[in-house]
Amino acid sequence: MSKEELKVKISGLLPIATFDESGEWLNINVEPSEWLSFAKQLHSNETLFFDYLFCLTCIDWKTHLTMVYHLSSTKFRHNIVIKSKLDRNKPEIETVSFIWRTAEFHEREVYEMFGVNFLNHPDLRLLILPDGWEGKNPMRKDFEDPINMVRL
Amino acid sequence: MYRQTEIIKDDSLTTDGRGDLVINVGPQHPATHGVLHLVITLNGETIKKVEPHLGYIHRSIEKMCESLTYRQFIYVTSRMDYLSAHINNHACALCVEKGLQLEIPPRAQVIRVLMDELTRIASHELWWGAMAMDLGAFTPFFHAFRERETINDIMEETCGARLTMNYIVPGGVMYDIHPNFQKRVKDFIQLYKRKIHEYDELVTGNIIFQNRMKNVGVISAEDAISWGCTGPVARGSGVSSDIRKLYPYEVYNKLDFDEVLETGCDSFARYLIRIREMNESIKIIEQLIDNIPGGDFQAKTKNVLKLPKGEFYSRVETARGELGVYIVSEGGTTPYRIKFRSPGFSNLSILDHIIRGGKIGDLVAAMGTLDLVIPDIDR
Amino acid sequence: MWNFNHIASEIHEWLNSIFNPTWTLIIEMVIAGVAVIGLFAALGLVLVIMERKVSAWMQIRLGPNRVGPKGMLQSLADTLKLIVKEGLTPDGADKLLFNLAPFIAMIVAMLLMAPIAFARDFQMWDLNIGVLYISAISSMSVIGILMAGWASNNKYSLLGAMRSGAQIVSYELSAGLSVLAIVVLTGSLSLSDIIQSQANGWWIFKGHIPAIIAFVTFIIAVTAETNRAPFDLAEAESELTAGFHTEYSGMKFALFFLAEYVNVFIVCAIGATLFLGGWMPFHIGNWQSFNHVMDYIPSSIWFFGKTFFLIFVIMWFRWTFPRLRIDQLLNLEWKYLLPISMINLLLVTLIAILGWHF
Repeated sequence: MSKEELKVKISGLLPIATFDESGEWLNINVEPSEWLSFAKQLHSNETLFFDYLFCLTCIDWKTHLTMVYHLSSTKFRHNIVIKSKLDRNKPEIETVSFIWRTAEFHEREVYEMFGVNFLNHPDLRLLILPDGWEGKNPMRKDFEDPINMVRL
Repeated sequence: MYRQTEIIKDDSLTTDGRGDLVINVGPQHPATHGVLHLVITLNGETIKKVEPHLGYIHRSIEKMCESLTYRQFIYVTSRMDYLSAHINNHACALCVEKGLQLEIPPRAQVIRVLMDELTRIASHELWWGAMAMDLGAFTPFFHAFRERETINDIMEETCGARLTMNYIVPGGVMYDIHPNFQKRVKDFIQLYKRKIHEYDELVTGNIIFQNRMKNVGVISAEDAISWGCTGPVARGSGVSSDIRKLYPYEVYNKLDFDEVLETGCDSFARYLIRIREMNESIKIIEQLIDNIPGGDFQAKTKNVLKLPKGEFYSRVETARGELGVYIVSEGGTTPYRIKFRSPGFSNLSILDHIIRGGKIGDLVAAMGTLDLVIPDIDR
Repeated sequence: MWNFNHIASEIHEWLNSIFNPTWTLIIEMVIAGVAVIGLFAALGLVLVIMERKVSAWMQIRLGPNRVGPKGMLQSLADTLKLIVKEGLTPDGADKLLFNLAPFIAMIVAMLLMAPIAFARDFQMWDLNIGVLYISAISSMSVIGILMAGWASNNKYSLLGAMRSGAQIVSYELSAGLSVLAIVVLTGSLSLSDIIQSQANGWWIFKGHIPAIIAFVTFIIAVTAETNRAPFDLAEAESELTAGFHTEYSGMKFALFFLAEYVNVFIVCAIGATLFLGGWMPFHIGNWQSFNHVMDYIPSSIWFFGKTFFLIFVIMWFRWTFPRLRIDQLLNLEWKYLLPISMINLLLVTLIAILGWHF
C-alpha cells in the first residue's frame, strides 16, 4: 500500500491521529492513552497486517520524550512509523509486548535508558545496566558523568 | 511472579526453593562467544528457565555517537558486530548518504558489495568452526580458519586491517582496491570450491551432528515474526526476510542469487541455511569480480558533513540478520540521536522461549545456531 | 604364579641365593610394584605426547615442537609444571574424599596391569579368571569419579560426575558381553589360554562375523567407559568447563590425567589381546616363509604395535566426532548396543557349538 492509501485507512481506524509525510515512511502521532488499542488494531486488521515491529526506541527532546515505533508487514511489505509524545516528568505508556513479543527486551532497554514506565510489562527491570544501578537514566540529554563521559 | 534478580556471587549449590538448581553459564565461558551471562534454572539436566544478563560489554555507543561527527562515528560502529564489520560500516554510510541524498559512483557500489559478501563468508566460516567446537568436534575450527585467514589477508592488503576495517565511508570507499585484489579473490574462490565439500562430509553429513541439532530449538514462523527474529534465524522457519531481496540497496537488484529458505524450523535448518548462504555469496562474488566498473571510488563530499533536519533509517543484511540504523538529525554536524537496531538483540530474546524443557547440550546447540555476537547485543 | 623371561628368572636365582624364600618373594613384589609404577608413568608421558601430535596432525598444524627434538620431551616439561603447581583444596570440599579420589583412579588403573601379557612369557599374574578380574576391577573406576565430583563442592563437578557415573555403569554391560563372545569361542577365562588359542590366527579373522560385531561393540563401549570423545560428557569443556575434575590442580590433576590415559592403554591392550592375538605374530595359513619372517619380530613389538594402533583409532574418534548428548548416549547403549551384543552372544554360542569358526 502506498502512503496515501495507508493514511486513508489509518485515519479511518483512529480519527484523531495526526500525520507527517515528510520522511521516507508515513509518520503517525498518537496519544499515549490511545496507543494500546490502536496497536491491537494495526496488528489484527486484515488489510494492514502489521505483524513485525522492527525498531522501538525513544528520543529525548529536551522538553518532552517521544516514543518511536517502526512497524512493518511481512505480507504487504509496507512500513510505518508511530510516534507518541510523553511527559518528561512522568513518562508512562502501555506496553505492547503482548502483541509483538520482541518489545519485551526493547522496552526494558528504553526503561533503563530513558526512564519510561511501561504499564503492565511482564518483567520490567534493568537489562543492560548493572544490577543495582543508582542514578539517572543515561540516554537522557541531561545525564552528566564527569568521570566516565568524554566529550570530543 | 518474577523474582528480583540478584547477582549470584558464589557457585555453591543454590536452589530457588523448589529443588531446582540455579547455575551460571558465563560471563567467561568457552561456549558463549563473548561475554554473555546466562542464569539457568535446572531440574536435573532439564532446563526450566534461561535468563540472559547483558551489559558486560556495553560501551554506550549510541550516546557516544551523539558527540561524534558524521565522519567519525563510522569508526565506532565496526566494533559492534565485529565479525561483519564492513556491513556495519555500510549501514551507517547508507544512512548518512540517504540524509545527504548523495549518489554513489558505480565502482564504489560494486566494491562495497564485494567487501560485504567476503565479510559474510568470513563470518559464517567462524560461526561454523565455533559451532562445531561447541558441540565437541575440535577439528572443523582449524579448517574454517584456514579459509578465513585467506579472506583476512585479502582484507589486510586492501583495507589495512583484518578485523575492524573502516573502509566504507559516506560517499564511497576510502581508497581504491589494491591491484592484487581481483587475483587474490579469484584464488580464494578456487580454494573455497575445493574445500566446501569437506565441510559437508565432516560435519553436515555426520549423524551425531544431525542428532544433536535436529528438533532442537524449534522456532515456529509466527514466533519468529513476533519476536523480531531476522536473518538465518527467521529464514530457518520459512519467513522470508533477506533485506538484499526485499529492500535492495547498492547493486543487489541487478545480481542473480537466491534467498535461502528452509522450513525445518529447528537448529539443523538454520545450520543448512548458513552453509548455503556461503555458496550464494560465492555466486555473487563471481558475478562481480570481473566486472568492476571504472571511475571514482568516492563521491565528492564536503569535509564536514551536515545532515538536514529530519529522520533517516537504513537497513542492511548482516551475517546475523537485519541491522537498522536510525538517525535523528537537528541540522548539526553531529547526530541528535542514533539508534542501532541490532539483529542479535531480538535473536537473543527468543532463547528462553525455545529452550525450555531441553538439556544443557541443547542450549549449546541452539545458541550456536542463533549465532550471537555479544558486542552486537550490548552496543 | 609368576611367568618371567630368562632375565627375570636369573634375578630370581640370585635373590634366592642371598635371602630366604619369604624375603625373595617380598623383594620381587616390590620390584614388580616399582616396575608397574614406572610403566604407568612412562606410558602416561608417551600417550600424552602421542595425543598432542596426532591431534595436531589431524588439525593441519604441528603440535609441540620446541621442547626436545620435534617436541618429544614435552611431557617432561608438563610433568615438572604439574609437580610445582599449587594443589588447592577448595573451601567446603570434603577433604578426605577430595584427596582420595585421584588415588582410587590411579590404583584401579595399576591393578589392571597385572593380568596383561606384554610379551611371550612375560605376564605378571596369570590367573585363571583373567577376564572376569578385568571386568570387575574396571568397574571400580566409577567410584573415583563419583568421589571427585561430590567432594569438590561444585555444581559443575557434580553434574559431570553424575553423567559419568550413569555412562560408565551402562556401557560396562556391552563391553562385558562383547568380551564374553571371545570367551565362548576360546572356552577359557584365562588370558594366556586366549592368546594360545590364537596361535593359528587371530580371533577377529577366525571368528568372522560375530567376532567383528563383538570387536566394533567393544571399541564403542570402551571409548565410553574411559570417558573419551565422542562420549566425553563428563569433561565436556565447552559445556561444563572440565566436569568432575574442575577443582583439581597440581599433582592430583596429573594423577587423574594420567589415569585416564593409562585406562585407554589398558582397554586397548585388552582389545588387542582378545581380538587381535596379543603378542601372537600375524600368520597366514600355510605360508611358511611369510610366517617365519613374522616370527622374527619380537612378541613385545607385536603386542605394543597392536595396542598403539587401537589407541590411534580411539584418538582418531576424539578429533573427528562431536559429542553426544546424555540422553542420546544412554539411548545408544540401552536401545542399540545392548540388544546387538546379546544377539551376538547367541550367535557366537551357536557358531562355537557347531564349530563353524576357523
